[in-house]
Amino acid sequence: MEKPVVYDNGLNLEATELRLGLPGTNEHEKQSSTSVRSKKRASPEMAEETRSKSSSCISDADDDAPPPKAQVVGWPPVRSYRKNSFQQRKGEAEGAGMYVKVSMDGAPYLRKIDLKVYKSYPELLNALENMFKFRIGEYSEREGYNGSDYTPAYEDKDGDWMLVGDVPWEMFISSCKRLRIMKGSE
Amino acid sequence: MGYSFPEEVLEHVLSFIDSDSDRNSVSLVCKSWHDIERWCRRRLFVGNCYAVSPAIAIRRFPELRSVSLKGKPHFADFNLVPHEWGGYAYPWIAAFAKAYPWLEELRLKRMVVSDEALELIAKKFKNFRVLVMYSCEGFSTDGLATIAANCRNLKELDLSESEVDDVSGNWLSQFPDSYTSLESLNITSLSSEIRFSALERLVGRCPNLKTLKLSHSVPLDLLPNLLQKAPQLVELGSGLHTKEVHPDLYSKLAGAFSGCKGLKRLCGLQDVVPSYLPTLYPICVGLTSLNLSDAPIQCPELIKLVSQCQNLQRLWVLDYIEDTGLNALAESCKDLRELRVFPSDPFGQEPNVSLTEQGLVSVSAGCPKLHSVLYFCRRMSNVALSTIARNRPNLTHFRLCIIERFRPDYITLEPLDVGFGAIVEHCKDLKRLSLSGLLTDRVFEYIGSHGKKLEMLSLAFAGDSDLGLHHVLSGCKSLRKLEIRDCPFGDKALLANAAKLETMRSLWMSACQVSYRACKLLGQKMPRLNVEVIAEQGHPDSSPDEYPVEKLYIYRTVSGPRSDMPSFVWTMDKNSALSSS
Repeated sequence: MEKPVVYDNGLNLEATELRLGLPGTNEHEKQSSTSVRSKKRASPEMAEETRSKSSSCISDADDDAPPPKAQVVGWPPVRSYRKNSFQQRKGEAEGAGMYVKVSMDGAPYLRKIDLKVYKSYPELLNALENMFKFRIGEYSEREGYNGSDYTPAYEDKDGDWMLVGDVPWEMFISSCKRLRIMKGSE
Repeated sequence: MGYSFPEEVLEHVLSFIDSDSDRNSVSLVCKSWHDIERWCRRRLFVGNCYAVSPAIAIRRFPELRSVSLKGKPHFADFNLVPHEWGGYAYPWIAAFAKAYPWLEELRLKRMVVSDEALELIAKKFKNFRVLVMYSCEGFSTDGLATIAANCRNLKELDLSESEVDDVSGNWLSQFPDSYTSLESLNITSLSSEIRFSALERLVGRCPNLKTLKLSHSVPLDLLPNLLQKAPQLVELGSGLHTKEVHPDLYSKLAGAFSGCKGLKRLCGLQDVVPSYLPTLYPICVGLTSLNLSDAPIQCPELIKLVSQCQNLQRLWVLDYIEDTGLNALAESCKDLRELRVFPSDPFGQEPNVSLTEQGLVSVSAGCPKLHSVLYFCRRMSNVALSTIARNRPNLTHFRLCIIERFRPDYITLEPLDVGFGAIVEHCKDLKRLSLSGLLTDRVFEYIGSHGKKLEMLSLAFAGDSDLGLHHVLSGCKSLRKLEIRDCPFGDKALLANAAKLETMRSLWMSACQVSYRACKLLGQKMPRLNVEVIAEQGHPDSSPDEYPVEKLYIYRTVSGPRSDMPSFVWTMDKNSALSSS
């Protein structure tokens, strides 16, 4: 072929283009005149997953920080080796984090902590004590927490409320969905 | 005309010719040169393990001593290639075991290597010396144990970035006491606790050990002993973590580092406590390469460290270095050739550090020998890119990753076409380029017209239409590897430039708009290409032909379709376009 094919960029080719994503979503947000996209607005995705999956990033139920954008597979192009090994370190990076809500009976608002930052129960409990300014008692397998009015509990994958400390740490962080510091006797 | 050049003389001359391309040229001169050359070639590089079969390679080169093989496409690094896609080393190693009993070196990249393959290496090659497995997977420390126990002449064992099934750290003890030939050991990717006593003894009895790169699990208090046993080290990688800071440990470490007078390359430093960094100061002036991309060191300490490394040629660092650190780098390290700045918080939505395009502009101005750049940042402008291009026309590798997709020039809000255009226009020797940010077809027009030496191009979330792809395929004369994800490129450009694909090593396209029909057509028309469709959601026949394929990998080959494809990969061969849908 001798000459490059000429495309008329004035046509609205978008309407006839095949794309992955729901009809009505626009994967390109290039506008020559409008302002830069606000970071806080969730972006429609040209997600790596199936064409039938909806934009999972738009969530208005969470009244905490602005909804995190759904992560696109492989973007930014950081080696997974590097990503994993760095997340394992305590360092400054949040990485993907494993944030869970923490509620304390009587406190006016909830907090969030990143479970990945901690390597053991003592570390986690120390952090909770600092965050809410209280003291947790001594843990024993037989009696739970002795010596204070407060007891840490967590909601697991099945929706049950469990005492923090019974299961090995790795199992705990993979099943913990939220934390609650209970006050007084139940 | 009976005169002919004596074979032995030609062989002797050829022994000075190392470069593959020169050797290939030699073999094209005439039949007898082709024959002589193939018998005396000792090194082979196979950039795509499916481009040629082991049998063909062995038939042509009967006396190899060193082979390099690459398997999975580069985008496998970012989880875009499904697990079990392929890239198996075993068939190659099994064939070599029969054909090359004197094989000495194997370098594998992005391949799946089983313990059985490692066992073959250990038992079948009597003079095996070098095993490099870069970013490989599929083996365990049991396989390593077999290597250690059997390879008497092993000089180099390098497992960079490989995923190893860490069964036990005991494998190091399998090196017999009589084994002293280790020169290079890289086990950074192993996470299990290794037996430090075994490591110390190994290091102590190998006088030629030049490279020692350890996993982060080596505690700081063991490092001085190791260094004292190996003062001849040229390259060191070690974590520096410690539970408590001991004052005498500090002086021991400082003494040990000072003793390593030949240390030129340093990496690791995971978990380093900043107060230990001054132990490194005495060796800084001798360093040519510093890799701090795993080290959580903040800007002030980074500046102190880097400013003392006046002979630094290569720096890999996290964006903690910030613009101020890069300014200091530009002032202190005038011999800098390669800079890589990685993101400390790639998934965070707000910038966590003050690193912008300015840092890169500074380094481009201050470091005249800078030719290779990999830079993650959160904003860029056309004027900065143009400045960088004008400052550094000697750039050969330029990879820019603006973390948020579709980011325009932050000053003018325009696409970054002009900026990248300046890069390809001024950097006439540019071999490798990765783009990011908001980009239209225009940038590809620039790349097509100026990127004549470009060999590898990586595109993501860029372009408007097929015209973009067409510019690249028709204009970039030297293009070997093209990898594309999430760009609106479809059938037209691909089919119009089908012949180009035979001049390239490979093309990867994922989440683009190439239809199944076009893939079938391409596979039918181009028998010397493998057109592989990856469809994890189900056989592409179950959707209409016009639907785009999920992922497409096209590569030239002399061996036809591969026989080890998993269930989600289909090769479009000459029959596929004939089947009705």
